[in-house]
Amino acid sequence: MICTPARPYLAIFAARFLMMLQYRAAAVAGIVTQFWFGAIMVMALSVFYMGGRGSASITRAEAITYIWLGQAFLGLLPWNVDPEIVLLMRTGNVAYERLRPINTYFYWLVRAMAWRTAATLMRSIPLLIVTSVLFEYVGLGDWSLRPPPSLEALALFVLSMVAVVFLSSAITTLLNISVVWTISEQGINIFTNSLVIILSGMAIPLPLFPDWVHPVLLVQPLAGLVDIPYRIYFANFSGAKALGAIALQVFWTAALIVLGRLLMARTMRRVQIQGG
Amino acid sequence: MNGLRLYGCYAAASIKSQLQYPASFVLLSIGQFLSTIVEFIGIWALFGRFQDLGGWTLSQVALFYGTVNISFAFADMISRGFDVFGPIFVKTGEFDRLLLRPRSAPLQLLGHELRLTRMGRLLQGALVLGIAVGLLELSWGVREVALLLFAIAGGVAFFLGLVILQATLAFWTVESLEVANTLTYGGVAAAQYPIAIYSEWLWKFFTFVAPLACVAYFPIVGILGVDDPLGAPEWFLSASPLAGFVFLGVALLIWRLGERHYTSTGS
Repeated sequence: MICTPARPYLAIFAARFLMMLQYRAAAVAGIVTQFWFGAIMVMALSVFYMGGRGSASITRAEAITYIWLGQAFLGLLPWNVDPEIVLLMRTGNVAYERLRPINTYFYWLVRAMAWRTAATLMRSIPLLIVTSVLFEYVGLGDWSLRPPPSLEALALFVLSMVAVVFLSSAITTLLNISVVWTISEQGINIFTNSLVIILSGMAIPLPLFPDWVHPVLLVQPLAGLVDIPYRIYFANFSGAKALGAIALQVFWTAALIVLGRLLMARTMRRVQIQGG
Repeated sequence: MNGLRLYGCYAAASIKSQLQYPASFVLLSIGQFLSTIVEFIGIWALFGRFQDLGGWTLSQVALFYGTVNISFAFADMISRGFDVFGPIFVKTGEFDRLLLRPRSAPLQLLGHELRLTRMGRLLQGALVLGIAVGLLELSWGVREVALLLFAIAGGVAFFLGLVILQATLAFWTVESLEVANTLTYGGVAAAQYPIAIYSEWLWKFFTFVAPLACVAYFPIVGILGVDDPLGAPEWFLSASPLAGFVFLGVALLIWRLGERHYTSTGS
């Protein structure tokens, strides 16, 4: 048996991942909703592209691919606090977290990773298959998810998506820690929700924003959740530029993990348990 | 006490309880405002880049957008009782108590909660509508103002009907089905753009099955005074919001069927 420092974290990941796979009805509801929203955005964007007088740095087919990837991997976005952690805060069970012989920050980070990836896995596979393969067959080729132009792009995309999982979980863990102060998650959820939707590229692809905001949009941490991996997918970022973009994702992930650990240490020193 | 006055009492009690936490109310409303305005920022950015959407201008689209958001905000504000009907009323058996009271269940469910935080979306819709009205230089006569109010009222009836249908499902499924959100939130998302830009099956669905286009698209085309690319006759543009009320009526009839089918979960 392997006995490494990582072992308890792997076990935590596996346990939560398998538990999250039980929520199949929610996944079906999610898939239907995402098809709907994706279809509306694809239709509106098509009309913008066809009739519009302006030009964009990504083509219509690329923008449509961007939309479908966004709908497929929506579950990876760090748009809310882990409800189980909120319950820990409310009931005071957060005290038990201090008794475990593992690092609480990494424990929460791994929980977040399992939660996000399991929810996404169930939704993304049917969405990806239908929008890439089935759409071609039923004559909706214009609206379909296109394959990446090269194997290199695909490999870099996979690498970038791994970075997304870490980045998203680091943000989720920061949100979780902030609940220690606020006790209620409602306010945090509603504010992060808007920020994540607009700054990641979910609302509209970031390249379609006015050119003068592009430099700012690219370097902020939320671009690493949607914009960077998808532009790598259709080789809008390729070669050294793609590697630089992935390095940016890694930089933000590391910075947010350091920040999260500092906050966690400060919070846990002065945590007061609600009775009960 | 008649139904309307009773509803007034319910609403007053609900507002009073929410104002016990004024800071929370203000923050959640601001949050609602921000989370809905991001969608308009997206539309604004797309117009900045492409200039027009199949012949429609940004200020015209803003009029569609504002109207449907105001309608949905009002409906969302009053329909909380139906929204949580499955988990809060059917699953717990709480609905039995409602049936014992000498008032109709839909009235009591409407009175369950009046969600003030929906002010956020309402203000956002009103702001966008105001900008649209300012930019469009339309001549606002009695007909235009009346048609706008008619469209908003029809829209409230339509969305309320949708939420009631969603709640009716809970008589059979106990749980509330989130799939129905596709039609409420998804409907708002679709009707923010002029429905003529979509494929034929989609605008036909929104005209003849779930008549969202009748409470948003057609009356607004009537107000804008442009030629309807879908070719609807003039009288239809002004009369179409009636479809929202018909839809609500049908939803209430189906609700009554469900109510008759109801057996308590017994817990």
